[in-house]
Amino acid sequence: MRITPDSYRGTNKNNKDLPMKFIFEPWPWYVAGPLIALIMFLLIFVGKQFGMSSNLRTICTLCWADRKADYFDFNWKSQRWNLVVAVGAVIGGFIGAHLLSNGSAVAINPDTISILKGLGFQSAGGSYLPDELFGLDALTDIKSLAILLIGGILIGFGARYAAGCTSGHAISGLSNLQLPSLIAVIGFFIGGLFMVHVLFPLIF
Amino acid sequence: MKRTLSYFFIGIFFGIVMYKSEAASWFRIYEMFQFQSFHMYGIIGSALIIGIIGVQLIKRNKLKSFFGEPIQIVPKEKGIWQYLYGGIVFGLGWALAGACPGPIYTLIGAGYVSLLVVLAGALLGTFIYGLLQKKLPH
Repeated sequence: MRITPDSYRGTNKNNKDLPMKFIFEPWPWYVAGPLIALIMFLLIFVGKQFGMSSNLRTICTLCWADRKADYFDFNWKSQRWNLVVAVGAVIGGFIGAHLLSNGSAVAINPDTISILKGLGFQSAGGSYLPDELFGLDALTDIKSLAILLIGGILIGFGARYAAGCTSGHAISGLSNLQLPSLIAVIGFFIGGLFMVHVLFPLIF
Repeated sequence: MKRTLSYFFIGIFFGIVMYKSEAASWFRIYEMFQFQSFHMYGIIGSALIIGIIGVQLIKRNKLKSFFGEPIQIVPKEKGIWQYLYGGIVFGLGWALAGACPGPIYTLIGAGYVSLLVVLAGALLGTFIYGLLQKKLPH
């Protein structure tokens, strides 16, 4: 079961008086961006690269996908490190949500909130993820289940087809001034803008 | 062991940053594609500016890794179509599920079990790509 960050609000009240209280607030872009660059450099300096989607291929190989397609027949042991990073990311998510936050609402633009409420997302502005799609109730709803599954399929297929995702192309690849990454990032935005502006009104 | 621990701690750090920056929030991704906030652009843009400068410094000074090995930054293979088509498909999924692969893991750790469905989909999508790879334009 999910422990709601709200249940921590009470315990974290005292943090308001601490000099480090900003840690418990959402981190602004000018803190998060440099930290992401730091993560990329840390990975470079341990001899690896920043990319969070290649582990999907590794997991498929571990599930014997190499018996079905040559794409999965590779030296997966050389990629074990990115599984370790992924496990770390899970634990980091737990720490961030349950130990370093005193609320889960994301303060998005009020204009965005009103558009989302018009689409039926009443939780906009009051939670971290829309309850309508990610709440436990939504898991029993065929439509939201299908949206999550199809969204996932598009992410996995697209990330491997483009040989990278947001971290691998938009951060690592562009940092190395690679043309393929620029093309991929333009693709990310063509797809994302089409989904939000053209398909969302049809889906929701 | 030392190396494995370093990957592990970098992963934890990454997960915390993804959650706390709200880059793992579906709402922030939607807001970004509506161009109604600078937040996500600020995150990616500032990471990128520092990244470009740092990568240039690493290459020019031929820096070594923490383990004393030469640093190799392997560029992506040249091409257009795989990056454009793959990128568009990824963008559709990114906007729909509101998470890219890193935040999927982060959100599972944060306790959102429904992200397991997204992860299952992402693995299925990867598998489908593996099956179709040779038939797709690259």
